[in-house]
Amino acid sequence: MKPRMTRPGGIGIRTPLIDGFDKVTGRARYTADIVVPGALVGRILRSPHPHALIVSIDTAAARALPGVHAVCTGDDTPVPFGVLPIAENEYPLARGKVRYRGDPVAAIAAVDEATAERALSLIDVQYEVLPAYFTTKAATKPGAVAIHDDKPNNVLREVHAEFGDAAAGFAAADLVREKTFTFAEVNHAHLEPNATLAEYDVERDGVTLHTTTQVPYYVHLKVAACLQIQQSQVRVVKPFLGGGFGARTECLHFEIIAALLAHKARGAVRLLQTREETFIAHRGRPWTLVKMKIGLMRDGRITALALEATQAGGAYAGYGIITILYTGALMHGLYDIPAIKHDAWRVYTNTPPCGAQRGHGTVDTRAAFEALLTDMAEELGLDAFAVRQQNLLPQIPYRTMYAQQVLSYGLPECLQKVKAASGWDQRKGRMPKGRGLGLACSHFVSGTSTPKHWTGEPHATVQLRLDFDGGVTLFTGAADIGQGSSTMAAQCAAEVLDVALARIRVIAADSAVTPKDNGSYSSRVTFMVGRATMAAAQELKALLVKAAAGRLKADEADIEVRDEVFAVRGGDAGAGLPWIEAVRAAMADGGAVTVKGTYTCPIEFQGDKKIRGSAIGATMGFCYAAQVVEASVDELTGKVTSHKVWVAVDVGRALNPLAVEGQAQGGVWMGLGQALSEATEYDNGRMLHGNLLDYRVPTVVESPDIEVIIVESIDPNGPFGAKEASEGMLAGILPALREAVQEAAGVRCDSFPLSPDRIAELLDAKGAAAARAARAVEKQL
Amino acid sequence: MENPEGVVVGKRVLGLNVNGRAHEVAAADGALLIDVLRDTLQLTGTKRGCDGGECGACTVLVDGRPRLACSTLAVQVEGRRIETVEGLARQGRLSAVQQAFHEQLGAQCGFCTPGMVMAAEGLLRANPRPTVDDIKAALAGNLCRCTGYVKVIESVQAAAARLAT
Repeated sequence: MKPRMTRPGGIGIRTPLIDGFDKVTGRARYTADIVVPGALVGRILRSPHPHALIVSIDTAAARALPGVHAVCTGDDTPVPFGVLPIAENEYPLARGKVRYRGDPVAAIAAVDEATAERALSLIDVQYEVLPAYFTTKAATKPGAVAIHDDKPNNVLREVHAEFGDAAAGFAAADLVREKTFTFAEVNHAHLEPNATLAEYDVERDGVTLHTTTQVPYYVHLKVAACLQIQQSQVRVVKPFLGGGFGARTECLHFEIIAALLAHKARGAVRLLQTREETFIAHRGRPWTLVKMKIGLMRDGRITALALEATQAGGAYAGYGIITILYTGALMHGLYDIPAIKHDAWRVYTNTPPCGAQRGHGTVDTRAAFEALLTDMAEELGLDAFAVRQQNLLPQIPYRTMYAQQVLSYGLPECLQKVKAASGWDQRKGRMPKGRGLGLACSHFVSGTSTPKHWTGEPHATVQLRLDFDGGVTLFTGAADIGQGSSTMAAQCAAEVLDVALARIRVIAADSAVTPKDNGSYSSRVTFMVGRATMAAAQELKALLVKAAAGRLKADEADIEVRDEVFAVRGGDAGAGLPWIEAVRAAMADGGAVTVKGTYTCPIEFQGDKKIRGSAIGATMGFCYAAQVVEASVDELTGKVTSHKVWVAVDVGRALNPLAVEGQAQGGVWMGLGQALSEATEYDNGRMLHGNLLDYRVPTVVESPDIEVIIVESIDPNGPFGAKEASEGMLAGILPALREAVQEAAGVRCDSFPLSPDRIAELLDAKGAAAARAARAVEKQL
Repeated sequence: MENPEGVVVGKRVLGLNVNGRAHEVAAADGALLIDVLRDTLQLTGTKRGCDGGECGACTVLVDGRPRLACSTLAVQVEGRRIETVEGLARQGRLSAVQQAFHEQLGAQCGFCTPGMVMAAEGLLRANPRPTVDDIKAALAGNLCRCTGYVKVIESVQAAAARLAT
């Protein structure tokens, strides 16, 4: 369906978020803002050891303290949880063993904070401390104690895959290079700390949760499982949410603990997590070591790539199996590469569990690939743009060796546009002293085509209800986490129905009210929920057209809808039926009208069963991005400053260009934080970064202007042609910045972040080498 | 009054002027302004994003100047003019800064927004024609994780332009 592109709030029109008013006035209620009179205060007792057996827990004194309503330990939680049905190995409260400093051990619900704190201090836990491992090297050393019994070598998952003949590709290449890169662990640092309000539901002996999640339905399922109650005894509501970025794409311990406390206390429990606890819950991007090898022909054609990735995944499985598969899955689909070899290891460590962070699993290997490609292009005397243009997908549609289908591919246009916007041809290699330019490309899936919970249900379901007031209420389980999914759904419905945006009210993410949705992860919502919304709106429109045709005594096929008026095509414009009349006609027989639309990714987009792991990275389409960054380096301090980014993004169609710009800017910028300054740090398992000063996200002062150039390749399956718009541009900034630093200061940094200490060290080494060379020359004279 | 540790803490009635209204609240001597605003006055627009002074989400205006409510004792601001994000809109009409943050997408998830809006409000009252560097200096203590700040800066510029006309 082609959008009109003229109506305010319509598809393709810059549209402020439909809930923006609430956000700028302070009316928006986030989880911690919801008040329940008499709610108890929840608190969690956490392990002081990174790895230890729990010998005993004595809660008698805590239970006896006046004002304490519930005390829970691992004895209350015999059912493990985890986001992947094949790797559920985490308990809401530790049972028998703790595996990272901060692992929850016991929890309290009490009348006030002081009582809860006092009760925590009265719980006596005896531990038998075990050796702990904070690096992949230490954890996989022969003889290391198993963090989980089922993985004696502390490797959660090994991946070995080869597509095409990599050895032959390297043999045929004119230049083969291999390089090792390291990437620090990073965290989402979403601004809203984790929080859950759990209320005991007396009628059902169940619980109602308001919680900080991107996946209310996963939370619903896990809470029911861990509390050992029926799913119908649980209700999960996602209120306004202060960011996610992947941190909240799985049910987390604090959510289950809050539910457990409320159920045991038979009351309401507010469990607010501190910033430090929010860092402890983590689920960030793991520390990753990437050994990257590329074969290139003299003209820049890639003959083969081989990569080895090792991740320090933290103490529990979480998304780990998917994350490690992603390190190779998206080596496909950006360029045409005849042979790809992928070996990877996901290792357990005694640190907070890693998870999915924006660009899930793909960022570090993409950054390593682009960095090495740029280095090799330079070695061959090729321009960074030219070498990428040399390796574009040859034709569309294209099927990757990993069975991914590419039906829209805006990367060539992205490259052209970003090259022109940045003045690359005129400026690259001619930058003033201390300044440089860098380029890189990246891509990401528009939703993973295979749901994690294989139930056979549609991948997205949306309901529309039309009632007496002429309003259309849109019910979706999709979690608006600030990305604007509710606005997107409203725009899709309004466009199909040809009504004003204000006619659409969105009710989202309440498991008692809205149809189930898998959640806001892998950039799936615009594609899948957008398509389901269109389907529902088309059905509603057909009902209205039929009713209007009856009223106008005309044939349905002759009815045209425009600006809320139903008219006979070619008839008198003034004789049309206004929206509200059509609504009344449609309701005459059956009352309020409810319709449903669904979307399921066709099976041919769900990977190939013959290729192990190919469900990961299987998608309806990729968002593509090319970007150039201009940066400078302070030669004394080693401080890197990013001045400007030009990023061209192929989003299929920009349903809302304002929102697309915002998402693309946020995506680039989050990558920039990883490139410049962000890193978690542990000392013997003790978190050193557990606040927003030591965990250094860029402030406005350190943040460049980011100019977004939207490229629209109009995907044949996307809603109005749209694809994802918030993850594909993240990875490219890391290698682009590295190249800019290389031009500015003459040093290549292979460890991220490109922090002042690292750059200063490289500058010192470069200076020392130059001095040695000069002395050697002097001696010869 | 005695807390469970047996430490005697004082409590008294404070006269607070919030968003042009006089309130009398009973608060412990050590009570933080953010807790009085959020818990006692139910003005939950002011957000807590960190464990103290790290993120700027709790920025309010005291006598027209930005201040972190999480690092301010309620007793310190007795009798002074306190403004929170809830006080900016008049009769359902957004202030210029709010309007601009809404229209320019200066707010995505919205959690840092109350603090951003108040910091921007404080800036524009003191400096109606700020440069980009002025804006950056004024918002340097307000973290945002969604926008990359590009549209935050554009929002403040749009608000300044609107106020100038």
